[in-house]
Amino acid sequence: MTLPPEFQDWFTRQGWQPHPHQLQLLKARRDSLLIAPTGGGKTLAGFLPSLVDLREPQGGLHTLYVSPLKALTADIARNLARPVADLGLTIRIEDRTGDTRPAQRARQKIDPPDILLTTPESLALMLSYEQAPQIFGRLRRVVLDELHALAENKRGDQLMLCLARLRSLSPDLIVTGLSATVEDPAALARFMGGADIIHADPGPRPDIAMLATTRPAPWAGGGGHYAIPEILAEVKAANTTIIFINTRAQAELFFQALWAANDDNLPIGLHHGSLAREARQKVEAAMAAGQLRAVVATGSLDLGIDWGAVDLVIQVGAPKNVKRLVQRIGRANHHYNAPSRARIVPANRFEVIECVAALEAVCERDLDGDPRGDGPLDVLCQHILLTACAGPFDADALYAEVIRAGPYLNLTRADFDACLDFAATGGYALRAYDRWQRLMLRDGLWRLRDPRAARDLRMNIGTIVEAEMLKVRFRGRGGAPLGEVEESFAATLQPGDTFLIGGQTVRYEGLREMVVEVTKQPTRQPKIAVFSGVKLATSTQLSHRLLDLIGNPARHVALPPDTSEWLALQESVSVLPRPGVLVSESFPHLGRWHFALYGFAGRNALQTLGLLMTRLMEQAGLGPLGFLSTDYALLIWSLDPVTDPAPLLDREGLREGLGDWLAGNAVMKRTFRSVATIAGLIQRNLPGQRKTGRQATFSSDILYDTLRKYDPDHLMLRITADEARRGLVDFDRIEEMLARSSRHEHRMLDRVTPLAAPLLLEVGRVPIAGQGRERLAEEEAAALMAEAGLSAIDEAAR
Amino acid sequence: MSHHFTFAGQALQARASGALYWPARSWLIVADLHLGKSERMARRGGPLLPPYEAHATLDRLAAEIAATDPACITSLGDGFDDDKAVEALPEDIRARLHDLAQGRDWLWISGNHDPAPVSTSLPGRTVTEWTDELVLRHQAGQGPDISGHFHPCIRLAGERRRCFLIGQDHLILPAFGAYTGGLIADDPALTALVPQGIAVACGARALALPLGRTRRAK
Repeated sequence: MTLPPEFQDWFTRQGWQPHPHQLQLLKARRDSLLIAPTGGGKTLAGFLPSLVDLREPQGGLHTLYVSPLKALTADIARNLARPVADLGLTIRIEDRTGDTRPAQRARQKIDPPDILLTTPESLALMLSYEQAPQIFGRLRRVVLDELHALAENKRGDQLMLCLARLRSLSPDLIVTGLSATVEDPAALARFMGGADIIHADPGPRPDIAMLATTRPAPWAGGGGHYAIPEILAEVKAANTTIIFINTRAQAELFFQALWAANDDNLPIGLHHGSLAREARQKVEAAMAAGQLRAVVATGSLDLGIDWGAVDLVIQVGAPKNVKRLVQRIGRANHHYNAPSRARIVPANRFEVIECVAALEAVCERDLDGDPRGDGPLDVLCQHILLTACAGPFDADALYAEVIRAGPYLNLTRADFDACLDFAATGGYALRAYDRWQRLMLRDGLWRLRDPRAARDLRMNIGTIVEAEMLKVRFRGRGGAPLGEVEESFAATLQPGDTFLIGGQTVRYEGLREMVVEVTKQPTRQPKIAVFSGVKLATSTQLSHRLLDLIGNPARHVALPPDTSEWLALQESVSVLPRPGVLVSESFPHLGRWHFALYGFAGRNALQTLGLLMTRLMEQAGLGPLGFLSTDYALLIWSLDPVTDPAPLLDREGLREGLGDWLAGNAVMKRTFRSVATIAGLIQRNLPGQRKTGRQATFSSDILYDTLRKYDPDHLMLRITADEARRGLVDFDRIEEMLARSSRHEHRMLDRVTPLAAPLLLEVGRVPIAGQGRERLAEEEAAALMAEAGLSAIDEAAR
Repeated sequence: MSHHFTFAGQALQARASGALYWPARSWLIVADLHLGKSERMARRGGPLLPPYEAHATLDRLAAEIAATDPACITSLGDGFDDDKAVEALPEDIRARLHDLAQGRDWLWISGNHDPAPVSTSLPGRTVTEWTDELVLRHQAGQGPDISGHFHPCIRLAGERRRCFLIGQDHLILPAFGAYTGGLIADDPALTALVPQGIAVACGARALALPLGRTRRAK
């Protein structure tokens, strides 16, 4: 297909020339993956073939557009309206998301538009309708936007299963994937089930550097507040700035500190995922209207609507991974041929080195990313149940279809059958549900035993399982909620505790009907600001670059002088960590022995290692008292010194400990909850009919404990273990650390070393206590009884 | 392991497991076993939960029986998740109940989930409530009485634990069944019954803490 003259004229009238990649996509007769930087006319490229086709509408759904964000579908509808009107095309474009009104949904089932804009979840829902073959039977094109973001999690796996379904319903389908710059385009093409890769011109190199500050970065901590004067000066000089901060809690604190120093009253907003939706939308609207000079944001702004006016991105805190940094930089200056401008602010000395390493990687266009694992089975379980909602299916045919989806290419028939058995019978060793199977095999086809179950199954669609969140509101006043906090965070609050939310300090008053009630407390310092547990770990590749930089003194000229002096001192007092060598140190400090291990394996893996090593130390009688982990190092303090770390780092010993420890761990329970929800073992708590504190709902932990005890080989436990291992537990990176270190080097020293000193200042210490939790509860109960003038009549010895 | 207290003139023990022991009569009292819950959910087209909740519940009950050797076991209502669940009980669970009842009485008090008398194929007898020195019923009524129904629980040191609520007029037991949720003790439904008193949290040990008094921040 070539560009028709009227389209060429339209481009000319806009003062544009079609980009080569736009024309290339137009010619493509097969599935394609377009890799283009932000501002490269990606979306138009994706739609151009459809618009050309639809000069003569064929009737029925022609093009399906899928994006990760609802907001993006609305934005695209607006953007397409202009060329469609200019070109005098008679095309119906509609969106279909969770917000679409029921009447419109019903009509779309019978009379779909030419172009439908939707999200993965809404697509899965539409495919579960009996009418799916009629809706999608004449589909010609699918456009998958922001595919790099979708591929990062289970939404992408679900989308690929749906895509395999669409290909069965309409075999001539042409699929176009649109992606930002990624480290491994071929892997992303395989994820799509195979596609020709088209690279757009990457554009000019970004103008990116560390922000020069008068005060050096502090030794420890993650706030980045020391750079506020310089950051405000940059904001003042720029048009509109996005300031990215890594965690929500840090964003809250930074926002507060920024305003405290904002003498010019520059309009600066805050945007993160814990804020109420209304509050976020307000900031987005103000941003789009050009009313804000800056917005402090977390990953919540990583994707989204193009704001052409943003001309500066400031990243506070180490970027943790190069790919994300590059994508964030791309948010500045959405003009194709102008370089993006970005400044990085390391939060502490270790991060200075990480930032230098990351900048080198950006300049070399060396992106990182962990290879994608095979498609998860919980998503497949959901897909099987939803397939049954659409109508009876043949197991062989479904298996053949599923393995055409990129992530499930390697799926064995045995695993498929296990998922089918789970969906049908629960898959328990005790075959208890013969009478009540969810799916029954009749006349060679699997179908719902009770068709009414389809309603519940459809309500459970989706692969995002949020932590249980509670709304936060001011006591005694109606009005919009301030935001949400995790239930586990709320559980730790005592009346009188103060915390930050929405940029203001509030005082916890109590929990009332599942709403956290607070009062204003503008003058007090927040006592707690942590309401999001998981922190992103520095990527494997960036950790390697970092270790390489530290271990090679010849390269230290690239570092600021205070940092290179710090490393030089470390080299003279002890030894520098370097590639191939796992360096550790033991030294006394404040009457305790300290053991520092420079593992550079990311904070999740080092936290797991801390838990496993302290167990082994306990067994060895070294009296471990606590530990802390950063992205770079692990610090353990104990009564007796570690003199030989080798036995504590024995791979087999660690693996064995992992099995025991993992089983009863909160990380596993959290993972199980998400897996079991996706697979349909637990019904999702829906907004509106959320847990009301009634006694009917019970915790998924109970199911986990029961399965572990009575059916330890169950599919759900297998999926949970696989996922925890890769995710929060990150044991794979412990193995990677051990594999890349051909030898250990351990130094016994008489005092704190330069490299270890910042670790002693870090927060986030984990105390080791065998019976600790129980003792804590006992002490708290006793204290409360004493406070109330009662004494516990607790007769333990009976 | 247990919290000793006096309620309505009787010495009682709130055990860490959530069972109540009455030494004067040697009775073991448990509330809300909800046996057959997973079967009922499956029957109604819901999720197929791990079908082991009766095993888990009876394993814990067996341990309590072994520890106290009671003359009578009392189920304080909602022993079964519904009347049909009684019929659907698998053979091994049925046998297990007979086994546990060997040499002692079993009193089933009916609850809102299981209003009908238990079938003759199970040990023991069913009453709607039991009145003597103490009043035992499923849902709190005219006090003083001992009841279940609400599945009370409480937050302690960042954790949610099942708990007894001991007030002036009512003693409310936690749910003993494995697949049971909980209602937080400060829910209006519970504060109306036990405005002040003691909560005994279950867990590795029974931990008593005050109820209905302002908890100050530490």
